Parts: sequence; structure tokens; C-alpha cells
Amino acid sequence: MKIKILVLTIFYLIGSFNLSYAANSKKVDQISKNLRCLICQGQSVYDSQSDFALSMKILIQNKIDEGKNDEQIYDFLKSKYGEWIVYDPEINKNTVLLWVLPLILFVFGGILILRKVSIK
Amino acid sequence: MVKNIKLIAVVFLVIVSFFILLKGLNKTNNYSPNLNSSNIDFNFKAKFLYSNEETTLYELINDKDFSLINIWASWCLPCRDEHPYLLNLNSLGKLNIIGINYKDSEVNAKKFIKELGNPYSKIVVDPSGVNSIELGAYGVPETILINNNSKTILKKYIGPLDDKKLAELKIIIKNEN
Repeated sequence: MKIKILVLTIFYLIGSFNLSYAANSKKVDQISKNLRCLICQGQSVYDSQSDFALSMKILIQNKIDEGKNDEQIYDFLKSKYGEWIVYDPEINKNTVLLWVLPLILFVFGGILILRKVSIK
Repeated sequence: MVKNIKLIAVVFLVIVSFFILLKGLNKTNNYSPNLNSSNIDFNFKAKFLYSNEETTLYELINDKDFSLINIWASWCLPCRDEHPYLLNLNSLGKLNIIGINYKDSEVNAKKFIKELGNPYSKIVVDPSGVNSIELGAYGVPETILINNNSKTILKKYIGPLDDKKLAELKIIIKNEN
């Protein structure tokens, strides 16, 4: 009986350790998918196997272990590498066209369609 | 008339896209972040190559007016090419050259220094590459010139040093003095 309990406890401990480990590395994946690999453009840090990306993943893991949240990690990397490292660009004077153009096109297209319909 | 307008619009669009793409051809694809003095984390911790002691960037850059942080590895061929330039810069005596040994084996790193000479006043190791990321580096080789007094980055070179960069560095050091 005692042995059974011991074995079960060990399995439980291994299992819970694995679970928490998996959850943690999942978070690394999630963050690294949103980061651009700067030396292998066109790939995310998650996809890349370059030295840069591998170090970046270790760094993200370290930051998670330190208890930093996603936002803090993104901010840290932005302060080192600039806005370009994240795939989600902020609105500023360089990117305003990027954000506004689809809206303009959408409205413009809507007007075109409305006019076509009302003419008929 | 309507047909004409359409034609003009298409031609105009083609011409505009042509010039946008043409301009894009001349732009370099290498993205480099803006230099910002606050970007350097002076609390960064690393171990020395020749001893097991830990140090911080603050302790590393304390003597002389300028520090040159050079990220290198024995497996990196361009690092071999730029090594004579570092030796040259060291002979000026005005620079405190700090080497960061990037993802290297200790034996190979020491062999590299023994073979090519040691321009570095101190060498620290970065086996996981994390320290280099904390410095905002891309890989090897990379060189950062720091003004020790104002603690600001004066210049950053991604890739090996060459004649042009060496001349530029010397001018910067001369002008800052």
C-alpha cells in the first residue's frame, strides 16, 4: 500500500512538473511567434533556428521565469531593437497610412457600390 | 472621355508604383534600430573568459574615456578578418576594448586569442547569446563604441570592421576628446 502511494505521488509530481513546463514553453512559443527574426527577415523568431532566434527564445524563457508578463517582454525587446521587432506595428506617423489606408479603401469601395446600386 | 480617364489612371498608377519600387531598390534591407543611450543595460552580468568571476558592464567600462564592445567568436570567419583592426585600435591606447565571446567553446576561444593576439582588456563569455540580446546585438561580429563618461553609445557597427570603419572610429574618438 505504502509503495503504491509512493509510486502514485512520484507520478503525480512528474506529471505536474511536465504540465507546468509545457505551459511555460507554450508561452515562449506564443511570444516568439509575434517577434520578427531580425537577421532572417520573413521568419518569426518562433520559426527560425538562427543563433539570434535561439538566444531570443532563451531570453524570453528567462524573462518569464523572472515573472515578467508579455507586455513587459515586448517592451523590453522594443527598447533594444525598436518597433520593427514586433509584428504588430503601433500607430505613429510612419505607420498611419498602413492603418488608415484599408479604412479609406473600404469606405471608397462602399461608395462605389452604393452609387452603382442607386444608378440601377 | 471616360475611357481616357481610365487609361490615364492606369498609366499614372503604373508610373507611381514603378517609382516606389525603384526607390525601394536603393534602400538597404538591413534594418538597424535607432541609437538610444538608454538602450544599454549597464547592469548586465557576465563571466570572464579567463576566470570564473562574474562582472557587470559598469565594472567593465570604468577606465579610459571610451569603451569598444566587440562581440566575437572563434567560429566566426569575419571575426578573424577584423581582428587586425582591433589590434590596431588597441595600439592607440585610448580605448578600453571589451570582448564578448559569443556562443563559443572556452578552448577554441582561448586558442583564437593565442593565435591572433589579444586586443581586449577584458573578455567575458556569452554561451547562450542572451547577453548579446540584452545589448541589442544581432550576432557576430558586432562593435559598439561607448563614451564611458556620458555612458552613451557613440557608434554601432553590425558586421566586421574595415578600413573605412576604422578611419571613422578614429575620427570620432579624436573629435570627442
